[in-house]
Amino acid sequence: MTTFEAILLTIVTASTPLLIAALGELVAERSGVLNLGVEGMMAMGAACSFAAAVTFDSTLLGVGAGILAGALMASLFALVVLGFAANQVGSGLALTIFGLGLSGLIGAPFVGARRDPVAHIDIPGLSDIPVIGRLFFEQDLFVYASIALTILVAIYLTRTRSGLTLRSIGENHTSANALGLPVWRVRFWAILFGGACAGLAGAYLALVYTRFWSPGMTAGRGWIALALVVFAAWRPGWLLVGAYIFGAATVLQLHAQAAQFGVPPQVLSAVPYLATILALLLLSLRHGRAIGAPGSLGVPFVPDR
Amino acid sequence: MKADVSSSGPPLVELKGISKRYGDLLANDGIDLSIEPGEIHALLGENGAGKSTLVKILYGVIEPSAGEIRWEGRPVSIGSPVEARNLGLGMVFQHFSLFDELTVAENIAVALSGDWDLATVRGKLGEISRTYGLALDADRAVWTLSAGERQRIEIVRCLLQNPRLLILDEPTSVLTPQEAEHLFTTLDRLSAEGCSILYISHKLEEVRRLCRRATILRAGRVVATIDPRASSAREIAALMVGSEVGEIRTDAPHHPEGEMLKVASLNLPPAGMHGQSLRDIDLTARAGEVVGIAGIAGNGQTELFAALSGERLAGGPDAVVIAGRPVGTTGIDGRRRLGAAFVPEERLGHAAAPTHRLSENTLISHAAAEVSRSGFILVNAARRLARTIVQSFDVRTPEGDPQARKLSGGNLQKFVIGREIIRKPKLIVVDQPTWGVDAGAARLIRQALVDLARQGSAVVVVSQDLDELFEVADRMAVIHQGTLSPLKPIGEWTKEAVGLEMLGVAQASGGVHAV
Repeated sequence: MTTFEAILLTIVTASTPLLIAALGELVAERSGVLNLGVEGMMAMGAACSFAAAVTFDSTLLGVGAGILAGALMASLFALVVLGFAANQVGSGLALTIFGLGLSGLIGAPFVGARRDPVAHIDIPGLSDIPVIGRLFFEQDLFVYASIALTILVAIYLTRTRSGLTLRSIGENHTSANALGLPVWRVRFWAILFGGACAGLAGAYLALVYTRFWSPGMTAGRGWIALALVVFAAWRPGWLLVGAYIFGAATVLQLHAQAAQFGVPPQVLSAVPYLATILALLLLSLRHGRAIGAPGSLGVPFVPDR
Repeated sequence: MKADVSSSGPPLVELKGISKRYGDLLANDGIDLSIEPGEIHALLGENGAGKSTLVKILYGVIEPSAGEIRWEGRPVSIGSPVEARNLGLGMVFQHFSLFDELTVAENIAVALSGDWDLATVRGKLGEISRTYGLALDADRAVWTLSAGERQRIEIVRCLLQNPRLLILDEPTSVLTPQEAEHLFTTLDRLSAEGCSILYISHKLEEVRRLCRRATILRAGRVVATIDPRASSAREIAALMVGSEVGEIRTDAPHHPEGEMLKVASLNLPPAGMHGQSLRDIDLTARAGEVVGIAGIAGNGQTELFAALSGERLAGGPDAVVIAGRPVGTTGIDGRRRLGAAFVPEERLGHAAAPTHRLSENTLISHAAAEVSRSGFILVNAARRLARTIVQSFDVRTPEGDPQARKLSGGNLQKFVIGREIIRKPKLIVVDQPTWGVDAGAARLIRQALVDLARQGSAVVVVSQDLDELFEVADRMAVIHQGTLSPLKPIGEWTKEAVGLEMLGVAQASGGVHAV
């Protein structure tokens, strides 16, 4: 395996959790709910999945626990922002802080434990193709699942009735309510989906990416996922592109640091974040208006009764 | 389906003693109303009379505090719009219930029950559009459409559901006379097919044209149920407002002089993908006169307003001249400093910030004037100014200094127009001054604009309401697909001629096409 191939493979691994978490947030935001708790739900997903995987020695149970943890965190958020129409920004920030703290508590007994690598799929023949062979045909299941999920979400949003209902509710919940669309129910499931995805992304981090647990290991990836949704203008296709650009920036700056360009490493580690800002800037220049943001995003829904 | 207007059976719907209380306010107070199958029943009343509340109760959007609804003689409780639709109610909302980022077809599809796919919806949409002459492009996003086009979506959306009772809230406020007449034909046909219609309007002539029974609300109560054809418009108006409604006083302009606005060969590319471009617009407005711009929604009125106000800049400074100063490349604030004032079509979100108090909203156009100093808001001055506007223009507010969104449409419109008039502008440009506003408020607004002109200001009124333009304008032009017809004295226009210009038939060499 050449260095080039190795870099490409790590890019895929770095991008996948971003993509999964951002997809979940995208669905929640398209329904009109801004959940800033992604980072916290991801941390909980990572801690719970690692704890379960080590305890039961099962990656599958670990993944299940991660998803469940994310969804539970999300249902707490849903209770607050839907049930009590609380401010979404405040509730989301609180969820992140709470998740980061609680995950540290849950994960504490497992600091220092390690998991074996998750098996990769290997299709004989196809994966022997030079350069692209391993890139496309010898990844772990999560990578394929994340791509499939992107396509499914895209189809769901644009081609299905339920997706249209969800977009309508995110666009204008007052009108949606006047038409009799179930605003609360749709938002509840969208928030839950967002939490499950964040939990899955956390599980991927703990079980595949690092294969150990340490407090704060999500390292801002939840925030990056949030930025990606904006970068992608709330469109799943763009999200895929964005996640990989960002994953690439993260990996390449590490290699650039290793190659010792004579640039301070702090500057290099800032590259992915600067890239995000630049991308956002270019995108809004091109379109000239705040594109794609759902009309009711972040606005608490209080029906007029 | 055959018409069944016989009074032997039970009414299609019967409201008994409906009341709705919001805190201290009784929005509806023991309202009785019944609608027969196939009947077109008018619901009349000023803004704030309780019409919207009553209709929302009937459509299941809000719950009544007391009272009973009977559907074909059976007591029903309509807990949600879905239940209302399942009973056979269809509703065209006054404040559109549309989704800006979705396409026309998606907006219609989302409200449909039963099985559908977008291709079928598109097909049906085309069918209804053709049958009822409501032209719509299925794949355009709603945010690119004008108010008139948006209303067409609402109407089509209802018709697609084959309703048994259709509720229309101010349906003709943005239609041309021809379009409105077309709608009436449609409604007559629906009525003959057995569909009942609850028709809410301020336009008394329309009500007299369409309805045999009208229920009049005032301050939450039924004041009368009458046959509108047996009473004059003036009598009905008196019942609605509780006093006589005067006509607009418009003496002839005293020799208008001094061009306050001059637009010469203004060209502007469309703002968005679906926007309208402006081509070779020539327009003048002199001190002391009211200039009217007629046209069907979406023919460039929004763009013209943006170009006049400075929200969009012209290619060169000379394209727009205000009070003798070339301002084509000057922004809106610079134009205001020259003594110009602007009132856009959209009240909430464009003319006023919905969640800001009225006093804070005075700052939107008075920033340079008496309500701020060195960047600080003079809170008391702003409150005083808001109070003056509220008193001078009869703005009815629920509390002393409410948020703009708490005001009803008519009252907010009086406020935003009053806010500009009180500055005594040399030039005022108003887009749709009385859209969705009740008769009393509309009269007040029109009179205020005419009075302003007679005091020596130039007034430009962009409107889709032809009656309004004939009432207030001294000279008028018609906008069609971004070009403006010659500006002629109002006496030289007939409604028919304006209608033809609106459709672009007057200039076109091709034959007259059916609407």
